[in-house]
Amino acid sequence: MTLSIEDLEGIARIEKDKRESFTYQINVCVAAGCLSCQSGVLKEAFEKEVSRRGWENWCSVKGVGCLGLCAAGPLISIQPDGTYYRGVGAPDVSEILESLGGAPIPRLDCASSRPFFEQQPKIVLENSGRIDPERIEDYIAEDGYKALYNALRMMRPSEVIEQVLASGLRGRGGAGFPTGVKWTAVAKASNGNKFVVCNADEGDPGAFMDRSILESDPHRVIEGMAVAAYAVGANTGFIYVRAEYPLAVQRVRTAISQARHLGVLGNNVFNSQFSFDINVRLGAGAFVCGEETALIASIEGRGGRPRPRPPFPAEFGLWGQPTLINNVETFANIPPIIRKGGKWFATIGTEKSKGTKVFALAGRVNNTGLIEVPMGTTLREIVFQIGGGIPGDRAFKAVQTGGPSGGCIPEQFLDMAVDYESLASVGSIMGSGGLIVMDDTSCMVDVAHFFMEFCMSESCGKCVPCRVGTSQIYHLLNRITKGEGKLSDLDMLEDLSDLLKNTSLCGLGQTAPNPIMSTLRYFRDEYVAHIEEKRCPAEACKIHEAREAV
Amino acid sequence: MPTEDKRWRLVNRTMRLHGNQPHALIETLHSVQEYFGFLDPDALKYVANSLRVPLSVVYGVATFYSYFTLQPPGEHTCVVCKGTACYISGASGILGSIAKKVGIAPGETTPDGKVSLLTARCLGSCGLAPAVVLDGQVCGKMTPTAVLDRMEVWRNEETSERVPLRGEVDEP
Amino acid sequence: MKEPTSLTGKKLGNDANPARIFTMTIDNRLLTAREDETVLSVARQNGIYIPTLCHMEGLSLRGACRLCIVDVKGAPRVLPSCVTLARQDMEVVTNSDRVIEYRRKILELIFSERNHVCSVCVSNGHCDLQALATELGMTHVRYDYLYPKQLVDASHPRFSVDHNRCVLCMRCVRVCDEIEGAHTWDIMGRGITSRVITDLNQPWGSSETCTGCGKCVQVCPTGALSEKGKSVAEMTKRRQFLPYLQMMRGEGRK
Ligand SMILES: Cc1cc2nc3c(=O)[nH]c(=O)nc-3n(C[C@H](O)[C@H](O)[C@H](O)COP(=O)(O)O)c2cc1C
Repeated sequence: MTLSIEDLEGIARIEKDKRESFTYQINVCVAAGCLSCQSGVLKEAFEKEVSRRGWENWCSVKGVGCLGLCAAGPLISIQPDGTYYRGVGAPDVSEILESLGGAPIPRLDCASSRPFFEQQPKIVLENSGRIDPERIEDYIAEDGYKALYNALRMMRPSEVIEQVLASGLRGRGGAGFPTGVKWTAVAKASNGNKFVVCNADEGDPGAFMDRSILESDPHRVIEGMAVAAYAVGANTGFIYVRAEYPLAVQRVRTAISQARHLGVLGNNVFNSQFSFDINVRLGAGAFVCGEETALIASIEGRGGRPRPRPPFPAEFGLWGQPTLINNVETFANIPPIIRKGGKWFATIGTEKSKGTKVFALAGRVNNTGLIEVPMGTTLREIVFQIGGGIPGDRAFKAVQTGGPSGGCIPEQFLDMAVDYESLASVGSIMGSGGLIVMDDTSCMVDVAHFFMEFCMSESCGKCVPCRVGTSQIYHLLNRITKGEGKLSDLDMLEDLSDLLKNTSLCGLGQTAPNPIMSTLRYFRDEYVAHIEEKRCPAEACKIHEAREAV
Repeated sequence: MPTEDKRWRLVNRTMRLHGNQPHALIETLHSVQEYFGFLDPDALKYVANSLRVPLSVVYGVATFYSYFTLQPPGEHTCVVCKGTACYISGASGILGSIAKKVGIAPGETTPDGKVSLLTARCLGSCGLAPAVVLDGQVCGKMTPTAVLDRMEVWRNEETSERVPLRGEVDEP
Repeated sequence: MKEPTSLTGKKLGNDANPARIFTMTIDNRLLTAREDETVLSVARQNGIYIPTLCHMEGLSLRGACRLCIVDVKGAPRVLPSCVTLARQDMEVVTNSDRVIEYRRKILELIFSERNHVCSVCVSNGHCDLQALATELGMTHVRYDYLYPKQLVDASHPRFSVDHNRCVLCMRCVRVCDEIEGAHTWDIMGRGITSRVITDLNQPWGSSETCTGCGKCVQVCPTGALSEKGKSVAEMTKRRQFLPYLQMMRGEGRK
């Protein structure tokens, strides 16, 4: 017997009734950031204390996904008051329970971080920090799997794609390719068994959006994949997750088995002709496997070396079959688009970039954590309002977006509205959404050196420009950061950057020069200071130590 | 099976789950490493034969991916995150002081076999930068002293209280 | 699953799926081409020279050395002609200034990577890499030499491998897998630390899978793989076997 809409609504009703029976809900963040600050112990302490007091009937304790402000963990939120507490420990439990219904405890209150919590209209993260990621019922109570029902029972595959096209959604994995166009291509491919793949490799060293989505709301991604599979005509899906994310892997596996058990994955979902199942594959520590042809090779059990495209995966993907590959956040946008319509989604954002973007805000900023803002929000709002500015009121220097494929954006562009085009126009990229703030203690040459070391050791080694070129650039930068560079090295850097950008086989080599080109463009004086004055203006490079050691 | 060790049965289970097909290679290597801690030549040979994958391909895959290791790890492991956020918050300072005081570089193990030092590209714990994983537990906002103190404790341990790997002891 | 053997992703040229024929230009010459042909093969059929290194007729396509790049009108960047399909009305230029300059730089990068000092090499005078340097007019290497010290393995009774001369073109890996069917060779590591290996990175002489056929030696473009006991003058490589073997074995594999 398969699941019906009545069953789904029944589950939602029971869950909602249960929630309403509680006067207070204590939501403890159990995503990886807070767990590493002992939020698991904290949750148990709350449960014990609530039951010791015999308050179980009106006060619930729930583990929820990421509340966003990872720097201040463990975080809890108290509903319906909407109070957020930071840095909570087991000794605070009694005091917090006593204060329910009264004024918040000033010592723990996140009042100063209000803008962080209030300036984020959420779509992708709408359930993060609100539902228990390990219970499918909690997701269903938030209209979960309704989009899948609507798609399967009320829409033709082509109508699903029309909605995605109308939404203007673009891929969140980096390049910003229109999602609806990609779905159309896979839907049109006529041959064989098609596949849907979720790219959760998230290799950008400074990004944790996808991890957080999978840890906080895994069913949303599963539902997005199922809708996609219906639209393009696929029956098997893969989620390719980094092995470095054990909690995300575990939550995704739990979610898949719950979804199978309930019947939203499996044969004849919602009594339709549609059957779909999902497998999990673990990455093994290779950034290049985020590139789609390398990712396919890796799922097939081979080394992750990209191959020339065309043929594109939409035509020739996993095991040679037509394959749809989208990023985690892209899939996470699908359920609300189907539920509320593509038109609704298209009202949010800028002319060419619709919807919201999740950013992992980190580095020299007070409120490090996960944020979601509409496309078109300015960098200043992100860094200084939501991010709460720079610790110790030091001077802002740059934000780095797009990780090793992106660039450093200087102060003069702080008022720029963020979208795919604007970031590209200043020499960076949207990338997957890592946003690292740097202050005057960060040396831009050192940052370029850091990213080039990354690209050099993550290069798969297949094509010559990337394999040898990244190594040559790294050696030049190494020399400069040690105070041993020559001015002609800067020309050589530009020359090699141009070569890599134009002749490398895949996106890794083609974009690897971006951190160098952008820092050379905006912070050339720092390079020159290292070379001519043998001095690091930010005092980050150990020029003198290096020279003394010689 | 290479030995009587019952952990091989767990590895076999992984292979069977994927129909003993060549594409199970990476998943199988993950299992071997999870149960044995590293990949030795006998294990690689066994996996190659079982999945009918050429030896050179197995070795190639095992060395392409940085998550796999062909060396036995020390009793304790310290993984320093080298993601961007951790880097600009002082990860290189932590690595530098370990090199100075303990004398090991990333990828190396102390001569007494007590501590292995590794680096990770990004743990995704950027909000807690700099992050270090000590024996599997993510610790945020670390300082060189805090890491060195922990290593000191490990190195002074009398008996090796190694945390058993999954599958090594009978699970209840 | 192997990488795609056909760039079109489908089988063409049979009665049910006849390949289309159209015209295109290469270096301003109007030429006819079939939709399953690459720019490189159209150029070669018409006597237009495009340099290649990793490409080898009879082995699978790889597109990795990037020496065969050409300018294609309307493309965002230069394209490798060995893996770019001919298209109707395509306009290709094989010898624009930037293409020539990029090729030379890529070749210099190869020379900077490992030790390719010809005067002490067994393949001096019979080396594809050396010939390319002459053809592309490479006079010096503008980059620093990286030259890590690489192994020389002479454990095999008849052949030896000198990793200092290897350019990682993977011809040996492909011929061993695709033609001989032994797959003794593969590549270990990644990036600048990549290296070709036999079996479990063991001495070639101890390989359990090597049939000793020597095809890898014959296809090697440099002195990395060589036959023992031959003088420099005798070290020519014999590659005539490839087209016929491929024809005889090719059909079944695809
Ligand atoms: C070197 C490299 C690394 C990449 N890493 C990722 C990644 O970690 N996650 C991701 O979703 N996409 C990554 N991409 C982009 C993917 O190739 C692909 O474009 C994306 O998964 C498509 O999904 P989207 O259309 O939903 O963005 C990477 C691309 C390159 C060239």
